Amino acid sequence: MATFKFELVSPERLILSIDADQVDLPGSEGDFGVLAGHAPFLTTLKTGIVTVKAGGVSSRIYVRGGFADVNASGLSVLAEKAVPEAEFDPAVAASEVAAAEAVLAEAKNEEAKDRAIAALDQAKTAIAALA
Amino acid sequence: MASLKELKTRIASVKATQKITKAMQMVAAAKLRRAQEAAVAARPYAHRLDAVVANLAGAMAGRDDAPLLLSGTGRDDVHLLVVCTAERGLCGGFNSSIVRLAREHIASLLAAGKTVKILTVGKKGADALKREHGNRMIDRIELRGVKTVGFDIAVDLGKRIVDLYEAGEFDVCTLFYSEFQSVIQQIPTAKQLLPVKVDAPAAATETDYEFEPDEAEILETMLPRYVSVTLFSALLENAAGEMGAKMTAMDNATRNAGEMIDRLSITYNRTRQAKITTELVEIISGAEVL
Repeated sequence: MATFKFELVSPERLILSIDADQVDLPGSEGDFGVLAGHAPFLTTLKTGIVTVKAGGVSSRIYVRGGFADVNASGLSVLAEKAVPEAEFDPAVAASEVAAAEAVLAEAKNEEAKDRAIAALDQAKTAIAALA
Repeated sequence: MASLKELKTRIASVKATQKITKAMQMVAAAKLRRAQEAAVAARPYAHRLDAVVANLAGAMAGRDDAPLLLSGTGRDDVHLLVVCTAERGLCGGFNSSIVRLAREHIASLLAAGKTVKILTVGKKGADALKREHGNRMIDRIELRGVKTVGFDIAVDLGKRIVDLYEAGEFDVCTLFYSEFQSVIQQIPTAKQLLPVKVDAPAAATETDYEFEPDEAEILETMLPRYVSVTLFSALLENAAGEMGAKMTAMDNATRNAGEMIDRLSITYNRTRQAKITTELVEIISGAEVL
């Protein structure tokens, strides 16, 4: 199976750089999968789970506040926060929920509030999926 | 001529100073390595984001629904200067060179009749600008208790600046920091933060990019993050630069202290010898008299 370069970077470091067979991402307009040879595509991501399949092994990564950029050189995901499933523990989950709640508490108008509630829901759903 | 005792205390004191500067140099070297690693590790994200934003901005060029952060307020009257310096001194000309650049900038802006507002990050910059431009400072942020610069600090700072911008508090924001070139070279830099000014889009811009949601919406969420990331990399560069400058400064200080000790030791030995000779001469002439 053809592979493509998948890179996951957070502001603090490069988290992952591998040749992947398939990556499934939670796009803001709907989940989508990326295979080798995908058309150039740029989207924002919801808080959720990125599933990476490489060499028959599948791993899951929790991401928040991200963008996915698919181009000829591969797929790069820029995430504000990214935690691999193996490193994900209740403390991280609690801090993520707290972060989402803090955004909600700060929301000034209805629109911002709606967005914050959606983000909180997404975080909770993603955490539930990992637990 | 100083007495032997005075010379001795002087040598001891310089030796103690040398020990301190040596220790500081070693601490700075260790911290420099960590700061440098952090700065290097943060680069991939910043580069990618740069490329993506440049791409998007290219796609947005000439459209009138571009977000405020990109298009600007259309005015150029009120400038906000974000001056990032270190928290501590004893690092050579590191802080003063950043402050000097900021000061020159302020002077030219004031001469052009603009309003200047200053936001300082780091204690040293605030102290240096306080006297001359204290009334222009809107706030000073200190990172004294912060051990390693985390992204959350940059996010908070970025959010604050973007909020001020959206509230119409200023039209142009310029960031002052020191770019880390090498241990011995840090270049004070001024960078326009807002409105976001992207470098010419990469040559290999793909025209058939698909955007989801549309460009304007993506930019809307991406630009505040871009601001935070720019601040974050400036803070990291500063942290690395500060340690580099400190290391060099302390290395110099240690060497100077060593030279001083050598000089003082020679004077001490000469004085001691002279004293012994005098004493001997006194004894011998005393014996001759008998």
